[in-house]
Amino acid sequence: MPAVAETLDTVQSVTEGTYKWGFETEIEMDFAPKGLNEDTVRFISAQKKEPEWLLEWRLKAFATWQKMQEPRWPAVKYPPIDYQDAYYYAAPKKKDGPKSLDEVDPELLKTYAKLGIPLKEQAILAGVEGAGDSPAEGGRMPIAVDAVFDSVSVATSYKERLAKDGIIFCAISEAVHEHPELVKQYLGTVVPPGDNFYAALNSAVFTDGSFVYIPKGVRCPMELSTYFRINAKSTGQFERTLIIADEGAVVSYLEGCTAPMRDENQLHAAVVELVALDDSQIKYSTVQNWYPGDAEGRGGIYNFVTKRAQCRGKRSKVSWTQVETGSAITWKYPSCVLLGDDSVGEFYSVAITNNHQQADTGTKMIHVGKRTTSTIVSKGISAGKGQNTYRGLVRVAPTASGARNFTQCDSLLIGDQCGAHTVPYIENRNMSAKVEHEATTSRIAEDQLFYCRQRGLSEEDAVGLIVNGFCREVLKELPMEFAVEAQKLLQISLEGSVG
Amino acid sequence: MLRIEGLTAEVDGKPILKGIDLEVPAGEVHAIMGPNGSGKSTLSYVLAGREGYEVTGGSATLDGVDLLGMEPEERAAAGVFLAFQYPVELPGVGNANFLRTALNAIRRGKGEAELDAMQFLKQARARLKELQMSEDMLKRGVNVGFSGGEKKRNEVLQMALLRPSLAILDETDSGLDIDALKIVADGVNALRAPDFSALVITHYQRLLDYIVPDKVHVLMQGRIVQTGGPELAKQLEASGYASVQAAA
Repeated sequence: MPAVAETLDTVQSVTEGTYKWGFETEIEMDFAPKGLNEDTVRFISAQKKEPEWLLEWRLKAFATWQKMQEPRWPAVKYPPIDYQDAYYYAAPKKKDGPKSLDEVDPELLKTYAKLGIPLKEQAILAGVEGAGDSPAEGGRMPIAVDAVFDSVSVATSYKERLAKDGIIFCAISEAVHEHPELVKQYLGTVVPPGDNFYAALNSAVFTDGSFVYIPKGVRCPMELSTYFRINAKSTGQFERTLIIADEGAVVSYLEGCTAPMRDENQLHAAVVELVALDDSQIKYSTVQNWYPGDAEGRGGIYNFVTKRAQCRGKRSKVSWTQVETGSAITWKYPSCVLLGDDSVGEFYSVAITNNHQQADTGTKMIHVGKRTTSTIVSKGISAGKGQNTYRGLVRVAPTASGARNFTQCDSLLIGDQCGAHTVPYIENRNMSAKVEHEATTSRIAEDQLFYCRQRGLSEEDAVGLIVNGFCREVLKELPMEFAVEAQKLLQISLEGSVG
Repeated sequence: MLRIEGLTAEVDGKPILKGIDLEVPAGEVHAIMGPNGSGKSTLSYVLAGREGYEVTGGSATLDGVDLLGMEPEERAAAGVFLAFQYPVELPGVGNANFLRTALNAIRRGKGEAELDAMQFLKQARARLKELQMSEDMLKRGVNVGFSGGEKKRNEVLQMALLRPSLAILDETDSGLDIDALKIVADGVNALRAPDFSALVITHYQRLLDYIVPDKVHVLMQGRIVQTGGPELAKQLEASGYASVQAAA
């Protein structure tokens, strides 16, 4: 974690004394010292006044994590991460953060201007010191939209509306106290703490995230978004989200922001768990645009995320839609475990890599129940020196009679220094299942560009139009207003990639 | 008025246009005929600014504005429209979206206000009606799954919407049945106006029965070797290009 200048030694020499005594109670410190050990985990849990069972759960996860190895199979390259050289709770303000917008990567500012973000919010997003309000728990305000929607009043009225239907939508730290039975029942049941290296790390040190519960038979009356959540602040780098749709419930959840956010934390390892019971539907849409680093690839975010859904109920349905344009490295496989008979899993993805970005992303569809169906539509776009890998698994268990899968993987190349890779795994253990895989790789053709330009479009507009056409099947799955933003974003992400 | 003087151009280092002199006054429609490989399509691409078509000498101006120094999209904004011989498919891009984006790009280039979706639809519907085309045309992907005739009609629809001051039709008649040919011709004829000129590039005389040109030029081996009235096209039809070559 080279973003932070101090050395481990310095911090330890200052803090070691207090450390031994367990500073969780007597010290008015709102951040844990650098480094990761059992005390860090205890500190985080204590700060959140968590019940004993959750602390135990975290400690178990931490013990598991210590025995695990960082995965090396993804097709991404990065220098080794020093997990002791990082803050795990409310890192203090970075001392060498930009003092004003003048010190921020001018390319980033250009992008903000194109997205029409006001100056003040640009400063917040870019992490300029003192910009915006300082969240009590440290970290950054995650979303500019907080300001756009002018937050609290709007959020409160939404909250009242949701409560009327018995919908719970709050910070997961709040849910631990308000709805412990639900959290205890479901937390870690979809992504167990020992699932993988990053999930284990997250389980040990997660700071906050969203909790959603939709009661039986309730159709959530609005798109739920972190934008509207009062406690959306300070979810930090280890976000934890848990969404439960009870029988017959329907919910659509939006995550992310089209504005690229600079963040002092280079490593982000979130976990998202979705539980769908009988006849319920969850639609989870993401627009991820973390800072990808500058044109030389310096300073971007590593986004190592575990997202998984369990369709536990009969006829339940989970749909993942993602538009991934940001981060230096994306490692992400939103998956569906189709347990209930006739349950449905969907994955729609657009992933763009430009400059030096690397993405290894895809999905897993695990068919267990009878007549389960899954659809995968993945659109990878590589430009500049970007490397884009689709990695997907379709597994049909012996129990999944009549299961069906359709996979379509399309790659689009812009320029001659980028790469597109497709790694599909198919494991079928049931003779009655039907699995289809289609893949294409294409280039933006010179004749397409010329045709558009002859009709008056600039080269960049032409690329934007062609790319949006290429991604149409995925974009149409996004909620309306999100789709419009995403289109604009795709175009901006690819600027300068041709010519 | 399109004025071309001493225009020479090459493709992959091979000279194709070897000194073209041509004037198309505003309000006139000229036809360019010639055998395959004579440089007809090269001339249209050079005028539209396609990459790989290298101008080595001469000039081309539209209403006094130098075309050759401009980017393709700037030429489009200056009023140049090329109806492609092989219109390109843009998968996933809706035709209505494409047409509106193009129209607004050109309006912007001309300093006119952009049209919103409703204003655009109104215009598009009016043009469709004039051209006897179905509204389905707007809903489909740009040229995706279009028959040859539909693609050409779509070119004419674009032309009607964009209202260029110079339209270049590059063998728009190729592969068209007689009904489609009439629609294309009606589209061009409807645009005829004192501030509109067209360069109709064709291999066959057939199209010129419907779009009657003011002048016919014969292009052979990169040069215009003969110019005449509409009767020249008929003469070529009867006796072939060999006779022109012999005469030249």
